[in-house]
Amino acid sequence: MATIQSKINTRSQEFIDKSNAMQTLVDQLNENLALVKQGGGEVSQQRHLSRGKMLPRDRINALLDSGSPFLELSQFAAWQCYEDNVPCAGVIAGIGRVSGIECMIVANDATVKGGTYYPLTVKKHLRAQDIAERCHLPCIYLVDSGGAFLPKQDEVFPDREHFGRIFFNQANMSAKGIPQIASVMGLCTAGGAYMPAMADESIIVKDQGTIFLAGPPLVKAATGEVVTAEELGGADVHCKISGVSDHYAQNDEHALQLVRSAISRINHVKKPNISLLPSVDPLFDAKELYGIVGTDLKKPFDVKEVIARIVDGSDFDEFKQYYGSTLVCGFARIHGYPVGIIANNGILFSESAQKATHFIELCCQRKIPLVFLQNITGFMVGQKYEAEGIAKHGAKMVTAVSCAKVPKFTVLIGGSYGAGNYGMCGRAYDPTMMWMWPNSRISVMGGDQAAGVLAQVRQDGLARKGQSMTDEEQVAFKKPIIEQYEKQGNPYYASARLWDDGIIDPAQTREVLGLAISASLNKDIEDTKFGIFRM
Amino acid sequence: MFDKILIANRGEIACRIIETAHKMGVKCVALYSDADKDALHVKMADEAFHIGPSPSKDSYLRMDRIIDAAKESGAQAIHPGYGFMSENVEFAKACFDAGITFIGPPVEAIDAMGSKSAAKVIMTDAGVPLVPGYHGDEQDPAFLKEQSVAVGYPQLLKAAYGGGGKGMRVVWSEDEFDVALASTKREAMAGFGNDKMLIERYLTKPRHVEIQIFSDNHGNCIYLAERDCSIQRRHQKVIEEAPAPNLPEETRIAMGEAAVAAAQAINYQGAGTVEFLYDEDGSFYFMEMNTRLQVEHPVTEMITGLDLVAWQLKIANNEPLPLSQAQVTVTGHAIEVRIYAEDPDNEFLPATGQLSYLRQPQTSNHVRVDTGVIAGDEVSSFYDPMIAKLIVWDETRERAIARMSSALDDYRIGGLKTNLSFLSNIVNAQPFKDAVLDTGFIERNHDLLFTPKSETDHKSLMLASLAILCEQRNTALLQSSTQHIENFDPYSPWGKSNAWRLNETAKHSIELTDTNGHSHNVCIEQQNDGYLFNFDGEQFIASAQLNDDHLQATINGHKSNILVDLCPKKVSLFIKQDIYHFERKLNDMSAFEMDESEDKLTAPMNGTIVEVPAVAGAQVKAGDVLVIMEAMKMEYSIVAPFNGTISEVFFAAGDMVKDGAQLVDLMPFESVPVESAPAED
Repeated sequence: MATIQSKINTRSQEFIDKSNAMQTLVDQLNENLALVKQGGGEVSQQRHLSRGKMLPRDRINALLDSGSPFLELSQFAAWQCYEDNVPCAGVIAGIGRVSGIECMIVANDATVKGGTYYPLTVKKHLRAQDIAERCHLPCIYLVDSGGAFLPKQDEVFPDREHFGRIFFNQANMSAKGIPQIASVMGLCTAGGAYMPAMADESIIVKDQGTIFLAGPPLVKAATGEVVTAEELGGADVHCKISGVSDHYAQNDEHALQLVRSAISRINHVKKPNISLLPSVDPLFDAKELYGIVGTDLKKPFDVKEVIARIVDGSDFDEFKQYYGSTLVCGFARIHGYPVGIIANNGILFSESAQKATHFIELCCQRKIPLVFLQNITGFMVGQKYEAEGIAKHGAKMVTAVSCAKVPKFTVLIGGSYGAGNYGMCGRAYDPTMMWMWPNSRISVMGGDQAAGVLAQVRQDGLARKGQSMTDEEQVAFKKPIIEQYEKQGNPYYASARLWDDGIIDPAQTREVLGLAISASLNKDIEDTKFGIFRM
Repeated sequence: MFDKILIANRGEIACRIIETAHKMGVKCVALYSDADKDALHVKMADEAFHIGPSPSKDSYLRMDRIIDAAKESGAQAIHPGYGFMSENVEFAKACFDAGITFIGPPVEAIDAMGSKSAAKVIMTDAGVPLVPGYHGDEQDPAFLKEQSVAVGYPQLLKAAYGGGGKGMRVVWSEDEFDVALASTKREAMAGFGNDKMLIERYLTKPRHVEIQIFSDNHGNCIYLAERDCSIQRRHQKVIEEAPAPNLPEETRIAMGEAAVAAAQAINYQGAGTVEFLYDEDGSFYFMEMNTRLQVEHPVTEMITGLDLVAWQLKIANNEPLPLSQAQVTVTGHAIEVRIYAEDPDNEFLPATGQLSYLRQPQTSNHVRVDTGVIAGDEVSSFYDPMIAKLIVWDETRERAIARMSSALDDYRIGGLKTNLSFLSNIVNAQPFKDAVLDTGFIERNHDLLFTPKSETDHKSLMLASLAILCEQRNTALLQSSTQHIENFDPYSPWGKSNAWRLNETAKHSIELTDTNGHSHNVCIEQQNDGYLFNFDGEQFIASAQLNDDHLQATINGHKSNILVDLCPKKVSLFIKQDIYHFERKLNDMSAFEMDESEDKLTAPMNGTIVEVPAVAGAQVKAGDVLVIMEAMKMEYSIVAPFNGTISEVFFAAGDMVKDGAQLVDLMPFESVPVESAPAED
């Protein structure tokens, strides 16, 4: 394999400035995470603990194999989305090893609004299930939730991808042989009751867990029957009488051990049908990515310097190096797993789109996972390019990306604009997982361009009436548009709405990708059948 | 020579005898109790007979069964080892009656030395020096008091048939005598069924020096130098050495000749030991004669180059002594320590449990280990808790001590408490090096020998944590111990056990509880392949590798190689003679199984059921005694934790039970209606 030669001068002022700027964003990211980790806040957490319950993150730590990595998803779900503060959308989700098996863990945080499901809670839960299904990961639900958030029932209950879909997914994953384990560690009311009821195996914690279709207040209202929550749906009822639950836990810790034990019995052996080599660290420090990329999207950088800090041994075999070179394609390994990397190194031209299509075909035929490193303003525009059929070449790339059945992983390392987002496996193209760097931006086009286009349209309209905008008026007209694009294109705005699976520290990209690729290999890679390529 | 002998013993001495017998081409028959069915001596023997339940009285002391086994196996002789049947006159007689050779002295000789007072009379007649005292039959308390005054103070009041340090009291003045007599008599009666007393002058700083003698059946008797066994705790020998340091040559010869005279006075045959008290003023007095092979015989073997067990077999086979007195040579110096499962810091309380970890020093011409256990064996409460004897030899005493010190460093035992560090403290103590020896050595040097329990320091916490982290790393690499053997994803980042987290520092948290009961929550930051510890702002950068039980740790650039014993619930560190034990918080279900077992009424430890008041079907109230069991010489009552009906009783009186075994099934009243509701069919 060819080793990438880095040409970075880490002592240059430019490098240092860019590095500092990125460091500020990463610090901010770490601080923001510390904020959301507080869940419902000190008071709420203390109340939770005083009931003898463990905090959701502690539950996950106790559930995981000691020392297991945990690839958390959507840490910033619901970030500044609602009037209420709903950290992590009230549910913690991620992939970790339990009894030696990579599992999807979904844990309600009862300290956040009683663990109720806001619209984005539902979206996050469904997304976690989606990843689990695509990667064949056993699902573990640590249930501690009051059910749907009633004031927003219209955004939570009725639609196809609303609350009910959770149980639809459970049934269908179970049908596919993907184990569904639920541990009831708190409330599990109404629709939530189906979570353990539909699980393959369920655990309930004595004096803590309750499962019922209607809680004591509703029962009293409906029939006048007065009953305690424990009598109505506690561990004793469900383990000894109703049979709704299978395993009786003394407390949270015991329940988590019972989950571990349940997972150890699923009889799953991960056999990646892919060539494996020992993992080799890149030759260069991942932290140098800060100074290479920086935070100013207008400043170009050589994406091969990025690749050199992500792949094993900085070894990268480039495909069609001298053809369509604004898109870098090539083979490498990440944590020993073979990958095909497609990375932007400038605007997309017809040649680069055709090259990408060819490369995606190669990877699909060879069943090599794809990694997209997005930093794209879009396809080249102009008469020359339209005339050479850039639209059909771009369409070929989009077809290839759409149909590719190998695991796909997308990282936004810079801008993600327009059709470039499509060709580079944006959210709509179903990447197995997708991540954003804190410096990245996502929108249909850049704020300046959008403001320019809209200002031009307005100018044209005014011109028809014989009017025009002054330069000052133009600036004033553009300002809110630019601001809107900046706000909505921000990774926090995107991540809050589950347009991705999380914002990541650039220095952790290799680890995130390695864990994600590895998790995806719990499922055999399917054959790909492409649609019609417009030639 | 015999074709086959039976060894009526267990543990290290049985193994020791088998070893020599095999060298001589003699086949060996072993005996085993329930507890010893997988013991080393059974594995080493050519054949073995089950001899009964674990308690000695039902197995190794059952002379009828021993004789039967000997007859059935066709063994021509029985070697009794030490303890058990070795000085039992009845047994020696039974052997004789059965036509089997008892490898030991004649019945009469055992009998003669069995009573301490009678032995002393014989010795007086033979001209062997005795501690001034009264050994007569007249036992009237008033008369005894007169004798007491005549002997002088301090004096030792002893039960004539006593032993093992029991039934013995020091009387410092006349006015203490009456009380001492009454209580010693009581103790003697309870312990030995005979309260005959003898009185002896009490030497305040005596040394215990004993002579190994050998007599054949042809009238020859020689002595094989002496042993100094002054290092004792509560009259039990801890360290023995040969020859005795600073013993003048003329005393050595006088003592040896006195011992031979003692043996000849009772027509002794075989191996024997004559014990003397050696006073500061150079005089020595006969104490007692042990008519068997001693625990500490290896030190004599090391300095004489002889195999005493081989000699025993030859003499029992009517062969003459292989050497004359003049041919006996003594070379160098040998020291033996007895390694016990016990807690020196807790009044030497015997410890029981599994030897989860056992690593012995490399044996050589200089280092010898006599043991009857291997890693994984159980040290049970049924027998003597001695794990092994460690014996070293070198040209001088000084070098032998150095050798012993390093051999002790290399001896690592995990799973239960041992006296290893206590032994190490003794051999490294200046008074021991200076050979300032007497039987009060341990008491007098208490502060030197009993190091106060040190507070758990950062280093031990770090090393224990590193061991656990390495273990985690190793098992994570194997994907999972419970899943399958082959790992199809060997390089997975999921197997790195680095506690990786997105957008935050990877941290490990390890909970350890030290032997003082203090729990420590050690928080460790993962840094690439290394770890960062932080104790009150002080940072330590560490890395470690674990191969089997070897931990190679680097902490702030300082490398150390230590041995660790990692059990699911415990971790022990062996750093030279320092041992650190920690309990670990276990990531499994065992903690909860305990909870559930509360209602199940289980045995609190291994033991024997004494009485079972519980009857199936009976209704009991909370607090009612259901089962009484005995373990470690204590009785335990298992009581009903709640009102209920006994649905099943699993054991009867006399049964042996394992720790955690369910004894009784008790159904609480309130749950009865639900669970016993009849099914419709």
